[in-house]
Amino acid sequence: MSKEKKLRSENDISVWYALKNGSFMVTLSAVICGWGCLIRKQFVKGALYLAAEVGIILYMINSGAFHLSKLVTLGDVKPEKVWNEAKSIFEYTDGDRSLPILLYGIITVAVLLAVVLLMCLSVKSAYKAEVACKKGGKAKTIVEDVRDLFDKRLHVTLLSLPILGVLMFTILPLLFMMSMAFTNYSVLDMKLVQFDWVGLDNFRRLFNMDTGLGQTFWSVLRWTIVWALLATFSNYFLGMLLSLFINWKEIKAKKFWRFCFVLTIAVPHFVTLLIIRQMLQPNGAVNVLLQNLGWISSPLPFFTDKWWARITVVIVNIWVGVPYVLLQITGILQNIPQDLYESARVDGAGPFVTFRKITLPYMLFVTTPYLITSFTGNINNFNVIFLTSGGLPRAVESTAGETDLLITWLYKLTIDNQFYDVGAVIGIMTFLTLSVVSLLTFRYSGSYKNEEGFR
Amino acid sequence: MSGRIVKKPLRKRILIFLAHALLALLAIIWLVPIFWVLLTSFRGTKGSYSSTFFPTSYSFDNYIKLFTDFSVFNFPQMLLNTLIVAVATCVLSTFFVVSVAYTLSRLRFRARKKLMNFAMIIHLFPGFMSMIANYYIFKMLGWTDGPMLRLAMIAVYSGGAGVGYHIAKGFFDTIPISLDEAAMLDGSTRWQVLRHIIMPLSKPIIVYTLLTSFAGPFKDFMLAKVLCGPNKDYYTVAVGMYQMLEREYLDQWFCSFAAAAVIISIPIAALFLATQKYYSVSVSGSVKG
Repeated sequence: MSKEKKLRSENDISVWYALKNGSFMVTLSAVICGWGCLIRKQFVKGALYLAAEVGIILYMINSGAFHLSKLVTLGDVKPEKVWNEAKSIFEYTDGDRSLPILLYGIITVAVLLAVVLLMCLSVKSAYKAEVACKKGGKAKTIVEDVRDLFDKRLHVTLLSLPILGVLMFTILPLLFMMSMAFTNYSVLDMKLVQFDWVGLDNFRRLFNMDTGLGQTFWSVLRWTIVWALLATFSNYFLGMLLSLFINWKEIKAKKFWRFCFVLTIAVPHFVTLLIIRQMLQPNGAVNVLLQNLGWISSPLPFFTDKWWARITVVIVNIWVGVPYVLLQITGILQNIPQDLYESARVDGAGPFVTFRKITLPYMLFVTTPYLITSFTGNINNFNVIFLTSGGLPRAVESTAGETDLLITWLYKLTIDNQFYDVGAVIGIMTFLTLSVVSLLTFRYSGSYKNEEGFR
Repeated sequence: MSGRIVKKPLRKRILIFLAHALLALLAIIWLVPIFWVLLTSFRGTKGSYSSTFFPTSYSFDNYIKLFTDFSVFNFPQMLLNTLIVAVATCVLSTFFVVSVAYTLSRLRFRARKKLMNFAMIIHLFPGFMSMIANYYIFKMLGWTDGPMLRLAMIAVYSGGAGVGYHIAKGFFDTIPISLDEAAMLDGSTRWQVLRHIIMPLSKPIIVYTLLTSFAGPFKDFMLAKVLCGPNKDYYTVAVGMYQMLEREYLDQWFCSFAAAAVIISIPIAALFLATQKYYSVSVSGSVKG
């Protein structure tokens, strides 16, 4: 802990601290980015800051300001019929299209946030350069800066690209979709080209238990949670059991057995799932086989009875998921420090005691994050549901079937029915459900509180 | 230990036999659907349904059809498309995942806990939610037709990969920190520690990440389908194969679907076999005492 503190004081100073203790030149760096670096002869660094600032300002003047102004109304220019004299026909002028306006607007807001970030970085750099010069030395040269990026500030180097990727391809699209929840972008009332902000109306519609939409929402939500619990824990414990079973010292040909199970991973999921669906059809392989054997007289209702369908998808998920757990847990089991077992054996502990006192706590410690991601993964488990049961069986009057999860229902609402607004609300509700459950578990899990417990 | 040979009692031997029998039964349950795909790919009769579990006649026609009949589906092209996307994706995602996992596990900096919580929150959103939005973004950039489509797919598959660092971090957390400390006392930079000490010990997790991310583009069809739209030239295997099960093609192409499934499963299975040894590498012996 003390080491952590020391590292911090060398590397990280807050912006407020820099502004308070720095000279006027430091403050000026917030306005003219890179100024503080340039006057301390850090030309490359300073020029980079300045170039970034100038680039952003040019963007804002060129198009950013326009996009921001449009974002308020999401476009109000209606397409118009104009008489074209030359061709003597009516022509339609392009009206505003709300979707691009929304997207560009969000990008512009993000750019504005980037300006703030740039200013903070510039101020900090200026302050560091100033402190270095006051101590009588020189500010760091670009070579030293780069060397730092591979040692003291390695985290910056390693994280910048992954974070950029996440910002561009996950966060930006998510914000875009989330903002749709507050509009009326939907096939209803022909709102597909131009739509408006409607505030919380969509949420009210979803929570209204008197409508079909509200009732469907609650029943789908209930099943989603039940499914996620069943799917996660069945996979985890069966996978761990299987892994320990194969690891048992009396079992011969361990690699062969592991291979048998892991082979199912080699075949892409959507293939096996579609195949399983074919096999479970009323005239598919399973029913044919059972009927030929004379065990059943009529086909089993795999996807036509509510509970049959639900149990089927859980079992299919066990089939799909256990090899994954096996693959992963085997690696972790092999990472358990062997001296723990050795000392336990010396103390005369039997296999059950070592499992309870060493293996299980260690596994839970290392795999709690895995359990949580697996839980969230199961709430969002699109493939298993969509490809095996397709949400069936479904009542005629409902948009969701009995095995539909929030995520597959979201798909049906947006792709099949083009109710983007309600779809976005359901996306947000899925997220809220997940965050409440997992943040609580994560907070109280051992591996969050004490990451280094097993070192 | 191994020098001591003790004859096991009969009860124990029966128990061991039963254990193997149980394992065999489980393995059969897991392998039946795959075996069925294999059988179907060699089935001589057409159609999606068969009245018997074992085919009545066998032939190679389903495979030949995939590589000669380009009237509806150009399978070799799809294979190539997927391979290009998969290779680029697995290299990029593994780089992202290992970078993030290593950083969060070993390096200490101010925003660390905040970043972890943030990644956690991102992970909670349905991945499907950002899909449609991504499509619009690429349409704006003009990446939804032509060769840029591949870039778009690579970007979507690997772009957000850094968020899924948990498994790799769990692995890094179990490597003793004393290794890093010893190396840094000897004057190594943190980069050198990563490069020469952590990397060699982390082969299992790197292989795991490579494998899972390589399989990504083979498995996913939703996203590829949305991005490709009608651009048949850039279909990945998954999109093409999904189409084979559309009602109008199902009867003619079902057995070829099985054949395609066998073909794409072979490279992935081979890859797994070649890398399986990394799973049995143990790092527990690297620091004594």
